[in-house]
Amino acid sequence: MAQIEEVNVEQFKHLVSERALTGETMLLNMGPQHPSTHGVLRLLLELDGEIVVNCIPDIGYLHTGIEKNMESKTYQKAEVMTDRLDYMNTMGNNLSYVMAVEKLVDLDVPARAQALRVILVELQRIASHLVLIGTWGLDLAAMSMFLYCFREREQILDIFELVSGQRMMTTYIRPGGVWRDVPVEFEKAVRDFLKTFPKRVDEYEKLLTKNPLFVDRMVDIGYLTKETALSYGVTGPNLRASGVNWDLRKARPYMGYEQYDFDVPVLHEGDTYARYLVRIEEFRQSLRIIEQALNKLPMGPVRSENRKFVPPPRSEIGVSMESLIHHFKLWTEGFPAPKNSIYSAVESPRGELGMYLEGDGGPKPHRIHLRTPSFDNLSVLPEIVKGHLVADLVAILASIDIVLGDIDR
Amino acid sequence: MDKRLEPIVKDVQEKFSATFDEFRDEVHLMVAAEQIVDVLTLLRDEYKFELLSSLTASDYWPQETPRFHVVYQLSSIEKNICLQVRVPVNGTSPKVPTVIGVYKVANWRERELLDMFGIEFDGHPDPRRILMPEGTEGHPLRKDFPLGYEEPQFTFNFEEIGLTKPSPKE
Repeated sequence: MAQIEEVNVEQFKHLVSERALTGETMLLNMGPQHPSTHGVLRLLLELDGEIVVNCIPDIGYLHTGIEKNMESKTYQKAEVMTDRLDYMNTMGNNLSYVMAVEKLVDLDVPARAQALRVILVELQRIASHLVLIGTWGLDLAAMSMFLYCFREREQILDIFELVSGQRMMTTYIRPGGVWRDVPVEFEKAVRDFLKTFPKRVDEYEKLLTKNPLFVDRMVDIGYLTKETALSYGVTGPNLRASGVNWDLRKARPYMGYEQYDFDVPVLHEGDTYARYLVRIEEFRQSLRIIEQALNKLPMGPVRSENRKFVPPPRSEIGVSMESLIHHFKLWTEGFPAPKNSIYSAVESPRGELGMYLEGDGGPKPHRIHLRTPSFDNLSVLPEIVKGHLVADLVAILASIDIVLGDIDR
Repeated sequence: MDKRLEPIVKDVQEKFSATFDEFRDEVHLMVAAEQIVDVLTLLRDEYKFELLSSLTASDYWPQETPRFHVVYQLSSIEKNICLQVRVPVNGTSPKVPTVIGVYKVANWRERELLDMFGIEFDGHPDPRRILMPEGTEGHPLRKDFPLGYEEPQFTFNFEEIGLTKPSPKE
């Protein structure tokens, strides 16, 4: 056990200004238990009155060693850990990990599974943005937004429960396809959502977009320039609000995103309000993708036929000896992956969610690194909050949309 | 190999005597640790790799030289290509020059590598641990660091486990 020491200025001497050492400015802890930090995040603030002079984020309170744990599990078993990574984007994490495995072992995915993955990941994107907009409202004293957003999110979680049996930790997307085909009620549930949700987005806009109380707290606050964003590795809606048209769904289409017609919202202002508008527009674009994918959802198998990597269906095991052997081998040993490394990335609601995966010829990964977008997005915070009020810091922190499980891993 | 990557790889190879290999359409460039700042500066300024997507490392213990590979994953938004640069590092006193001057995102990512692998970055302005608490011994993602395990406490071994279980003082 590490000794618990009292924090003193000596440790942070190189990060705070001269004035902090003489006691002219004040050092104040915001967090780790603070409702506006969206998780267990500690911000050490150097304050001159109400003005933030320096901000030193301290992370690691949720560090659970997911990368180390995954190294000791087979490729199939390691997948459940990705759910626990970014708990607002479980389907997207599964997809990112599974795509990395599929790339490493060169595994095909049937068209129906690809379309199902797209529908579910886009639903997850909406759910994630809903939590963001809701908590954002809560931070800026618009309590009703939180309740409305969680009402709609519940509808999405019900769909997840329908397909996977789980609301949040789904592990529905598996290497080579998805766990099983969706039930017949799935289409109606998604269509119901598609019917009601556009009206809800309009309602949110009525409540927030032109609301002077909300707008005054966000316009001209927390400018993030294009150059700073790129240098700090900021991706996702935050980068697009700073005028860079970079969306991996368009740039490097995966899972058949090239078939769907959608726009990537890009704004050039780069302030907190622009980051809000980008997300509202992404609601509408995600709905477009879901509708198109649902309309041309092809029939057919939902799992690859490659028995070396994907277990056979239950019906085959009773009649085919090879199937029984494959099933036994896959669940006792796992499948081997080549001794080499790949990097694969998807567009998560927060930005580029990348997986660096390295095999060693055996059934367990040699090294897996999760390039999580929140980690890099948070690292830009000290840069953009300087000179703002503490109250504005809350709005800026909400706007960069961090999930602490994603940062600490 | 992607046609757009060919001249880039050739140029880096000539200037820095780098080697490369390919896997699943990805190009991995291998350069020496002392050259990494120059290589990344060249790639950023000349070939428009604006984004350092990922910075990580891999441990090949018990092999001692090179024990680690530091992996830089670069993306170019303008040209829509990506490239991996790998740096082999010795196991006895792993040290790599910092690339904060080229990409600021390296600040936290290098702190993470220092924390998890014990790789030191020369010239890093803030070399503190980032995820583990201050005062932790060892570097968890090294292959010779054991994966911890706590035995579950049931009724039959309740007292036995209780003796060794850590509890808060006072």
